[in-house]
Amino acid sequence: MLRLRLVKREQDFLAARVFVPILSILLAFAFGWIFLSLSGFEPGETYRRMFQGAFGSKYAISETIVKAIPLSLAGLAVSLAFRMKLWNIGAEGQIYMGAFAASGVALSVGDASAWLMLPIMLIAGFVAGGLWGAIPGTLRAFWDVNETITSLMLNYVAIFWVDYLVFGPWKDPGSLGFPLTPRFPAGGYLPTLGMSRVHMGLVIAAVIAVVFYILLNYTRWGYEVKVIGESQEAARYAGMSVAKNILLVMLISGGIAGIAGMIEVAGITHRLQQGISPGYGYTAIIVAWLARLNPFAIIVVAFLFGALLVGGFGVQTFGVSFSIVLMLQGAVLFFLLAGEIFMKYRLAFNKEEV
Amino acid sequence: MKRVPIIEMVRIGKSFPGVMANEDVSFRVYPGEIHALLGENGAGKSTLMSILAGLYRPDSGYIKVRNNPVKFRSPRNALESGIGMIYQHFRLIQNFTVAENIVLGAQTGTIKLDRKQIEEETRELSERFGLEVNPSAKVNQLSLGEQQRVEILKMLYRGCDILIMDEPTTVLTPQEVSDLFKVLRKMAEQGKAVVLITHKLNEVMEIADYVTVLRKGSVVGDDRIANLDEKTLTSMMVAREVKASKVDRKSQSGDAVLEIKDLQIPADQGHIAVHRANMTIHSGEIVAIAGVAGNGQRELVEAIAGLRTPLAGDILLLGEKINHMDIRERVDMGITMVPEDRMGMGLVPNLNVMDNSILRAYHRNVFSSGPFFNYKKIRSYTNKLVKDYNIYLSDVAHPINYLSGGNLQKLLLGREIDQAPRLLVASYLVRGLDVAAAEAVYKILLEERARGTAILLVLEDLDDIFRMADRVAVMYDGQVKDILDVESTDIDKIGALMLGAEEVGVNNA
Repeated sequence: MLRLRLVKREQDFLAARVFVPILSILLAFAFGWIFLSLSGFEPGETYRRMFQGAFGSKYAISETIVKAIPLSLAGLAVSLAFRMKLWNIGAEGQIYMGAFAASGVALSVGDASAWLMLPIMLIAGFVAGGLWGAIPGTLRAFWDVNETITSLMLNYVAIFWVDYLVFGPWKDPGSLGFPLTPRFPAGGYLPTLGMSRVHMGLVIAAVIAVVFYILLNYTRWGYEVKVIGESQEAARYAGMSVAKNILLVMLISGGIAGIAGMIEVAGITHRLQQGISPGYGYTAIIVAWLARLNPFAIIVVAFLFGALLVGGFGVQTFGVSFSIVLMLQGAVLFFLLAGEIFMKYRLAFNKEEV
Repeated sequence: MKRVPIIEMVRIGKSFPGVMANEDVSFRVYPGEIHALLGENGAGKSTLMSILAGLYRPDSGYIKVRNNPVKFRSPRNALESGIGMIYQHFRLIQNFTVAENIVLGAQTGTIKLDRKQIEEETRELSERFGLEVNPSAKVNQLSLGEQQRVEILKMLYRGCDILIMDEPTTVLTPQEVSDLFKVLRKMAEQGKAVVLITHKLNEVMEIADYVTVLRKGSVVGDDRIANLDEKTLTSMMVAREVKASKVDRKSQSGDAVLEIKDLQIPADQGHIAVHRANMTIHSGEIVAIAGVAGNGQRELVEAIAGLRTPLAGDILLLGEKINHMDIRERVDMGITMVPEDRMGMGLVPNLNVMDNSILRAYHRNVFSSGPFFNYKKIRSYTNKLVKDYNIYLSDVAHPINYLSGGNLQKLLLGREIDQAPRLLVASYLVRGLDVAAAEAVYKILLEERARGTAILLVLEDLDDIFRMADRVAVMYDGQVKDILDVESTDIDKIGALMLGAEEVGVNNA
């Protein structure tokens, strides 16, 4: 009889780093296949249309990139915290706070040149997101409060805060009752690529990825993050300030998520509105893990997840619920986490004699 | 009639990346036998026993249990054949009771736990083998010696006939060691086989019936203990006669390097760990702190290194007060430290050798070009450390997990010494090291002493104190009882002070 068993690896299996993420994506689609056929859709056709919707035309590709930008930024944001084993689940709230602060600047400054307006909006977004991340950071650094829970809870606070503003004091009187602020003045628009909606945010994400790569691999600070992530006792012994770095990392992590919020309002909606992020902050967690926290891989994976979102919108017209996208995302993460086991174990057949 | 071995391992081979851990090893244990497996660190003892316990699979060779060939795929398979292994780090759940730990993982067939019955069975087993432990006590309330008894009971409860113990005496007090040996004796009398992995010769001579000696992965000899003596065993282990070199006592101590004045240090739980300690260490001398672990040594060392803030008193380095300085400033002033928890504090297990060798100096400009790390410099510095301190490894880019205990300690000590310290503080430097590695570590220390470094050692072995130290400070219950010249004292006097006897004569402080 042939039976499968797990055998402990005596060395980490490096190929699994590439193999497991790819396999988990394939398995997620296989899983979705079963679901689609059970609900009476033609899975192959649905996937084909999703692919078409995401990559089938210039417009489709530009829309995919539009979604990939905030996912990249939020993915980079959480990856930094994850490197230090800080579980920042609060990117969603940090996006909202960044969008709120950037909108506040755009709406109150009035007419000003983009050269002045955009940098101020960017800084405002970074600071607001960063402070939002620094709340769980402070609690963790000085009182050892679990940052997973506090950062998650603050998401709801941020989302409802923005809801309050767009339904209440910041609501555009001319919006016919929709929860929107007035449009930003022209100086608050991010430049776009040609006629598409692809905006400057792409460049910002790429720059941050490069900066991250250099900081984390080639500087003393990157070394500190690495050591603290592995062993706080060793870090203390090496003279590193653990509390300061926890706070700093949460601040930067939140700040970059805040920039994701800023580029959404400045690049796409040009106003603050309800539901400015459809869960980018949560999807970013999957993106960061799938990319194994590598900054460049995050951008690639964010592109794939952007495609999944856009493809999912595309098949709605054929009656397939958008929930299929959320389900596929969840399944990818599920298979990915399950696949971690192959880093430490390998499959062997029973008949194999050792 | 010929006796049948309960365990027979035949021509076992096992290699790890870059290392031949076991080569053509044959090993036999008979029922009722206490069998010592002796060898230096990295000789392949633990690998061989992990193969027997089902944790690793051999690359070649085979195992027979009671003359039946077996193939273990997991520790559970080995347990089913009656083989249980107790590791140095116990595998107990701290919040569970003794009885719950014992039954955990043993298949009972029912969902409901019959606590009464388990406790009854536990009591019965503990009486039979003299393993005193309260079945309803929580594990976190037990001493390490008691926890070890729980581990033994766990194995007995699962019906083990062959018990493998990896360095079982490392964590025990002398009294607990003799209790353990009584238990092992009793088990042997009742027909069970015990394998002791050890590098302590005196234990082998005291308890074992039979010994197998491993060196560099191969068996270099095996015989009944009755036919052997310590000297023969030592030379088998290290292939050369280790002579316990006595330090050249020629006094070379110079100026006072470290002065501690009325130092009061808090413990983790807020009470006071060290009361008004006074001590002076001069350049070129080795001062040992003797004492039973937990009498304030760790806190004193941490306060000197800058990891713990004293409540009162002063610490002076070369006459300058350093109370207010943080750990990095103290490193830069020349205070280096080898902590007692090597893998928990001194080194970072998942990082590579290069990352670990700059752990305490990464902030210095020598490793950077402008704002960026210069990996060329870091690599060549690491290679220099590896060469200077005879560290055996295959690649400095590999995680330090791959290094053996002796090499880890050489890396750690070498890294600290390489900063040309004025004061070196080191705790339990040779704990868990074999004779040759300990010799190498001592040699490095003596060279440092000759260079004029002041050295403070926390030691547990009295013999080591007499070999190494110029002076010895005895700590008991948070107090530095007395500081004695090693020349003019003897082991009994220090032993008495360690156990709390009143001062036997005041030397200089």
